[in-house]
Amino acid sequence: MNELVEVKDVSFGYDRELVLANVSLNIYEGDYIGVVGPNGSGKSTLIKIMLNILKPAKGRVKILGFDLDNFKTWGQIGYVRQKATSFNANFPATVEEIVSANLYPQAGLFRPIKAKHRERVYDALRIVKMDTHRKKLIGNLSGGQQQRVFIARALVNSPKLLFLDEPTVGIDLDSQREFYDLMERLNRELNITIVMVSHDIGVITEKVNRIACMGDGKLICHQNSSRPEISHLLKEVYGDKMNLLIHNH
Amino acid sequence: MFELLQFGFMQRALMAGAIIGVLCPLIGIFLVLRRMSLIGDSLSHVALSGVAAGVVSGIYPLTTALIFSVLAALGIEQLRKRYVEYAELSLAIILSAGIGIAVVLISYAKSVNIDLFGYLFGNILTVRPMDMWLIALLGILIIVFVRLLYKELFFIAFDEEGARIAGIPVGGINLFFIVFIAMTITLSMRVVGALLVSSLMVIPVAASLQIARSFKQATLLSVIFAEISVISGIIISYYLELASGGTIVLLSVLLLILVLSIKSILYAFLLQSRQ
Repeated sequence: MNELVEVKDVSFGYDRELVLANVSLNIYEGDYIGVVGPNGSGKSTLIKIMLNILKPAKGRVKILGFDLDNFKTWGQIGYVRQKATSFNANFPATVEEIVSANLYPQAGLFRPIKAKHRERVYDALRIVKMDTHRKKLIGNLSGGQQQRVFIARALVNSPKLLFLDEPTVGIDLDSQREFYDLMERLNRELNITIVMVSHDIGVITEKVNRIACMGDGKLICHQNSSRPEISHLLKEVYGDKMNLLIHNH
Repeated sequence: MFELLQFGFMQRALMAGAIIGVLCPLIGIFLVLRRMSLIGDSLSHVALSGVAAGVVSGIYPLTTALIFSVLAALGIEQLRKRYVEYAELSLAIILSAGIGIAVVLISYAKSVNIDLFGYLFGNILTVRPMDMWLIALLGILIIVFVRLLYKELFFIAFDEEGARIAGIPVGGINLFFIVFIAMTITLSMRVVGALLVSSLMVIPVAASLQIARSFKQATLLSVIFAEISVISGIIISYYLELASGGTIVLLSVLLLILVLSIKSILYAFLLQSRQ
């Protein structure tokens, strides 16, 4: 299997507090990985290190075969950040303007975006079923619709790898169901590798094909998600009070 | 009305005003949307201290004002890195330092004839040919650069982290942008005045945000509102012998009130027609 990301013995801390301790993780083409763990376990930090937003104190990260510092084609990586929909609701931007933004580095500094770029914006909006809303102001959409716009922005460069950090927070149940259907489609039909941080353990263990449990800055497990094993490992991470309840959205 | 254009000072004021009417809202829209509106106030006070330094040292005041405000802008960027959690603190520090230096230098130079009122509140009679050429040259340069970096500035204003990850050189563009802010404030000081320049950056934008249906529209409407305020403000201030800065800013406030009123009336009308 083609390896897309290699995280090797990575440690990271804020001031004197260690957030990640010798974490190693390999992500392969076609993976749909759920990263779970309690608050402060280092899930978002791990994603931010893979995206080169944070620099690890120790260890090495390779992405699409390159060391992070030498990796230049960030268009191949999509990212929907935590609380993506909690932006300034009065920002006067249309759906089309926001999705186009991720194409700006490709168009180049000082150059306008062209018709071929616009086609890609429409394609991305069609994938998330938001093409009829492209002229609307982003602040006038519902939370679920805004989230689909941010996914379209992440998809506009046809990424190989998509990172999502707690994407279902603040989204109603119907939109969550549509969201998981969309993720499945992206993974199966478009062969996009997905790495998703989530607190929604019950749902995510149902949907993903691999799970990474984080606890106290360590990666406790990352393997194929089989239910009894996951239940046992989650108890290890969250404590004995943790019971895995399955509810399908 | 055309007899106005016979006067050299009026030609200079209108030309400088027309450029400032594009420049201020063009920079202002990004400031407002990045919640950095107060930076205008901080830098205008520093620019004032630059004017005082120019008068004391006998150097052309707009040159020293430009140097002071650009250095202060870079200082704000550095301080913001030190006080990440208290970003507004850097603005307060620079604003205080600006007023402090200005007051000390002005009191030191009390024997020198300094047109302080004109620098504080704007005076169209004092726009000299050299001022006009500096405003035209640097003003057009900034407008061209902002136009060229428009899409990147939009992305950074909406989502700075997202822009960084997508590969936009956010650090470099932010540095350029903060220098543009400092230059805009200094160039606008002659016409609008140091105390009122940030209003011209903010109020036309506030009016446009009420009705714009896209970012492009918001930018265009901000420029239109600012141009209406500046040009009519300069003409009215000439006939009524008022301070140009105050007249321009009051007109932009009137435009904002007009936009808010029309919007409220239309909204009420729409609600009624639906019932």
